[in-house]
Amino acid sequence: MKVLVPIKRVIDYNVKVRVKADNSNVDLANVKMAINPFCEIAVEEAVRLKEAGTATEVIAVSIGDKSCQEQLRTALALGADRAIQIDTDQNLDSINVAKLLQKVVEEEQPQLVILGKQAIDSDNNQTGQMLAALTGMPQGTFASAVSVDGDKVNVTREVDGGLQTIALNLPAIVTTDLRLNEPRYASLPNIMKAKRKPLDVKAAADFGIDLTSRTNLVKVTPPAERQAGIIVESIDELVEKLKNEAKVIS
Amino acid sequence: MSILVFAEHDNSQLKADTLKTVAAAQAMGGEIHLLVAGHNCQAVADAASKVNGVAKVLVADNAAYEHQLAENVSLLVTELAADYDHIVATALTTGKNFMPRVAALLDVAQISDIIAVESSDTFVRPIYAGNAIATVQSLDSKKVITVRPTGFDAVATDGSAEVVALDKATDAGTSSHVNDELSVSERPDLGAAGVVISGGRGMQNGDNFKLLDGIADKLGAAIGASRAAVDAGFVPNDMQVGQTGKIVAPDLYIAVGISGAIQHLAGMKDSKVIVAINKDAEAPIFQVADYGLVADLFDALPELESKL
Repeated sequence: MKVLVPIKRVIDYNVKVRVKADNSNVDLANVKMAINPFCEIAVEEAVRLKEAGTATEVIAVSIGDKSCQEQLRTALALGADRAIQIDTDQNLDSINVAKLLQKVVEEEQPQLVILGKQAIDSDNNQTGQMLAALTGMPQGTFASAVSVDGDKVNVTREVDGGLQTIALNLPAIVTTDLRLNEPRYASLPNIMKAKRKPLDVKAAADFGIDLTSRTNLVKVTPPAERQAGIIVESIDELVEKLKNEAKVIS
Repeated sequence: MSILVFAEHDNSQLKADTLKTVAAAQAMGGEIHLLVAGHNCQAVADAASKVNGVAKVLVADNAAYEHQLAENVSLLVTELAADYDHIVATALTTGKNFMPRVAALLDVAQISDIIAVESSDTFVRPIYAGNAIATVQSLDSKKVITVRPTGFDAVATDGSAEVVALDKATDAGTSSHVNDELSVSERPDLGAAGVVISGGRGMQNGDNFKLLDGIADKLGAAIGASRAAVDAGFVPNDMQVGQTGKIVAPDLYIAVGISGAIQHLAGMKDSKVIVAINKDAEAPIFQVADYGLVADLFDALPELESKL
């Protein structure tokens, strides 16, 4: 069984973003970038399926300019077998990302596609579900457990009130939540080995898809800052302030 | 202009956040229809008919919708979408799950998690865990939108909308429900509580979360946790407040032993009043707290409980 893992290059989660002075977007110049944490969990899950003998091949794919090859190499170092970069310098809406991935799915015919549930830059939480709709596959989003069972996959999902388990016919789409697994660190020999693994580059323009943006980013502003508060000296003072100043308890 | 709003519910109760989503729809402008898709969900339909601002309630009561599987619900909503300009759902588990499928089937972009409506095609949403706020215009003729409930005030429930039963049973046949393991709690829902008290890594273990119980009882509060506490296995993930967990904005948020990583702040910084209790005076949580107390939580919590 082939597993396809689409991944995204994003700002490192430890970096605090700054908005550009002209409010056109956030400033990503000279900022540390990394594989989106949820995507890393997706790679780890696919590699574990391969180690368990369930998956035969793990393919990582990323859409972006040449710099996203760095994240594809990370995926290869974690255990993916080969990688595909779909080259574009356009900032794509999720729907267009899903359409490009649909073409990759048609060509590679994976039984399982594992994606991160959301990217920590745009916080959209859309691509996996959109790809599922376009390919007609069922989806198990926000997964905290995945088990392949014959021609089905059982996915336990993190839902508002707890956990929900659903069964999906394969081929299927899974999107990862944080507790699905803890990704390994790539070992130095595996990082060296990853450099020799195949990485194909395909031009997004060659896919025959209209990638015109469906949205217009009007502006990006910093969030409203909270007024600095005060440090209270005791529980008594805290309770008094909450009762009489903030009036949030009685 | 007409707007289809998807009602979030569990077949017996209409989730209160739906009232906030209806408020967002009102800001977009147009006749609002509320869709109740479920099974044996008459009580929800009754509640939905009382939601102010709703002209009509559409009820799709069928076994195919019992667990609101994304595959089945998205087919239903896509079919209905022909008659609407805006398709709107709450950015909770169900809406987040199926709405992007609807957008893809309609071949449009989705605008996720909006916190304000500028006009019928322009919306405001947080990005980068709330560290930037984007204003986005949709260029599609149909708008598919999910609403973050903390951004809107609930509409009242003294209306009387017409209820129309739909004879629909879109079953994709590709997925099935196995089981639910829902947390049973006497406490209010994290998303709906007026007071939330959350513990972080500083709680040290799951047992110590009991120290929050007495305070939560006295304040009628929900209990939350930081991702650090969830990752450490102290408490289950459905208690997580943050970028990837629940987004809350109660009147009072009490953060105990939480350092205040940006991912946690993203989930609670719109709270009206924030209290932080932490023994590290340098913890970033104090930069967003209205009232900070630098103290060992194991001394502070019992004292706070006794003085409430």
